Amino acid sequence: MMILMDDTATGGRSAGSFQGKPRPGDRVFAGTALGAGILILVILAAVTAFLLIQGVPGMLADPADAPTTLGQSASFWHYVGPLAFGTVWASLLALLFAVPLSIGIALFISHYAPRKLAALLGYVIDLLAAVPSVVYGLWGITVFAPAVVPIYTWLNAHLGWIPLFAGTVSVTGRTILTAAMVLAVMVLPIITAICREVFLQTPRLHEEAALALGATRWEMIRMAVLPFARPGIISGAMLGLGRALGETMAVAMVLSASGIVTFQLLTAANPSTIPANIALKFGEAGYGLNVNVLIGTGLVLFVVTFAVNALARWIVNRRKDFSGAN
Amino acid sequence: MKLTTTGTALALVTASALALSACAANEAGAPAGGGTATALSGSLAGSGASSQGKAQEAWIATFTAAHPGVTIAYDGGGSGAGRTAFAQGGVEYAGSDRAIKTSELDDPTGAFKLAAGTQPFGKCAAGSAVVQLPLYISPIAVGFNIPGVEKLNLDASTLAKVFSGAITSWNDPAIAALNPGAALPALAITPVHRSTNSGTTENFTDYLAQVAPADWTFKPSGDWPSELTGGEGAAETGDVASILSTGAGTIGYLDASRAPGSTASLKVGDQFVAYSPEGAAAVVAGSPLESGRSGVDLAVRLDRTTTDPTHYPLVLISYLIGCETYADPAKGALVKSYFSSMASPEGQELAAKQAGSAPISEDLRAKVTAAINAIS
Repeated sequence: MMILMDDTATGGRSAGSFQGKPRPGDRVFAGTALGAGILILVILAAVTAFLLIQGVPGMLADPADAPTTLGQSASFWHYVGPLAFGTVWASLLALLFAVPLSIGIALFISHYAPRKLAALLGYVIDLLAAVPSVVYGLWGITVFAPAVVPIYTWLNAHLGWIPLFAGTVSVTGRTILTAAMVLAVMVLPIITAICREVFLQTPRLHEEAALALGATRWEMIRMAVLPFARPGIISGAMLGLGRALGETMAVAMVLSASGIVTFQLLTAANPSTIPANIALKFGEAGYGLNVNVLIGTGLVLFVVTFAVNALARWIVNRRKDFSGAN
Repeated sequence: MKLTTTGTALALVTASALALSACAANEAGAPAGGGTATALSGSLAGSGASSQGKAQEAWIATFTAAHPGVTIAYDGGGSGAGRTAFAQGGVEYAGSDRAIKTSELDDPTGAFKLAAGTQPFGKCAAGSAVVQLPLYISPIAVGFNIPGVEKLNLDASTLAKVFSGAITSWNDPAIAALNPGAALPALAITPVHRSTNSGTTENFTDYLAQVAPADWTFKPSGDWPSELTGGEGAAETGDVASILSTGAGTIGYLDASRAPGSTASLKVGDQFVAYSPEGAAAVVAGSPLESGRSGVDLAVRLDRTTTDPTHYPLVLISYLIGCETYADPAKGALVKSYFSSMASPEGQELAAKQAGSAPISEDLRAKVTAAINAIS
């Protein structure tokens, strides 16, 4: 298989093979492209500078100077710790639901569905991405959260010996598990779209070779499609994770937050997330160092997101040699 | 040529208009206690408590309709933000769910972290007293959702135990003893509290701390005690209301104007009192003013331990804060006129209708009017 892959992987663009007199159009285009590339770096640097300048005073603040945020915490780190935990925990739970589902949907669209149905389904999935997050929040709090309460009660009654499902079940369903499932629906379109594109790019020869060797369709997918697509799946998952980490409104509306660190999924006491906390606290934070504290938490989120992305890059690069995607 | 003539004519018209309006502004400043002065104009900026935001909207709409030359903007960014903005001289008046403390008035530069050299309360003339008026009184209701139970009696001690997690089931003997004959189910209690800083929380915890100090050991605060990790957190008043309407076994405190159908009666003296605007106004009227303050500073020391059954002690007072003497007399006249319209019976009725507040008593109005008349 590996040899076959290496033979056929010739899709890359070879740059710099044309030699000749540069035309004005070329120069203008090269210049604008370079400008766009620089601009994105400038924006990122500006955001970082803003977070550092405004956030660091908040991170070093004395709780007495920031009463509506740090009022009950010993220091900034005690304040941001549960929030950072809640952000990562909710996002990971969301990925846990979204990634397998997305792979399934994408495989169905790329390899199982009739062409017309596949096109329609792809369109519907893309539409999901266009729904504003506040709508997901409204749906989560009015329809979804009350609807899952019986399931939570059942889980608690029968699987309560697992620490995840222990504790007193929330009667409103506004738990971190609900928030994670709403997040999962929100990140589903991104991951699905990327997986679908990657699955469709699997070299036709690989698939046909697998089938010719007597593989069933599932074996063909397992042997030819999934290994080829693994870095793409991880990239998609990381993009989804990025959205889940930064998602604000839906979590702010759905989650019953109480600033603690717990792994229990079904209780009313849940850790909040950084973006939701910023959105909820900002209205009353307009004095003292409160705003700086909130911006400081934003800086922490920025660092966490950066770390997650770096980790994803590292995973993708480490597996590059074996996947055949490059 | 023609252009220049028009130009001159325009300039003349503008100049005379300016002169006229200047006259009008001077006149407005002059008549004291004139109630509805004829030609008020100018703009006011206020900031502070979101609790009285709805009432402010109604008051502003009515006032600016009567005085078309006036614009007033109220930014409901929270009590703390309002007090700080007023101390920094950013706004002419502030709304706040608690009065500015005497310690803060004595040392505003330290209390509000003002930059060195800035005059505290910058909109006021140097040395002016600060006017604080209890013009927005709102009862806080304790709503509950127990299937099959419509009436519930609670005392402060039981309420404190419910919210601190010491009582966890609706058929607890302590609750049953207060509600003879009620069919209380063996249902878990989910207390609902505000997860963001709020004046409602501050007044609710103050009530528990005053009336049931043995069962409520936390200090009154706008933030829910972080030691209490049980119960459901809701961001805003509306969220509390929606949780109460959907979750069986929930109980929560919220502004009475948003209260659901079932609200608990609280034990006052030896009777159980349901919330009412009259009861809320009565407890404020029956409470003494804080001592050690100037005559225009009407901070009320709420007597929540009252035993008079015509009182409903779980109330929130949102103050209007301004200067006794403004650096700019025109602003003083505006504030005076605006505050008078809020304190008037019509103004209080309007807030009661639009925001569900309790109109202040005649007794309190007399004191408030005297304080407003001192504004210049």
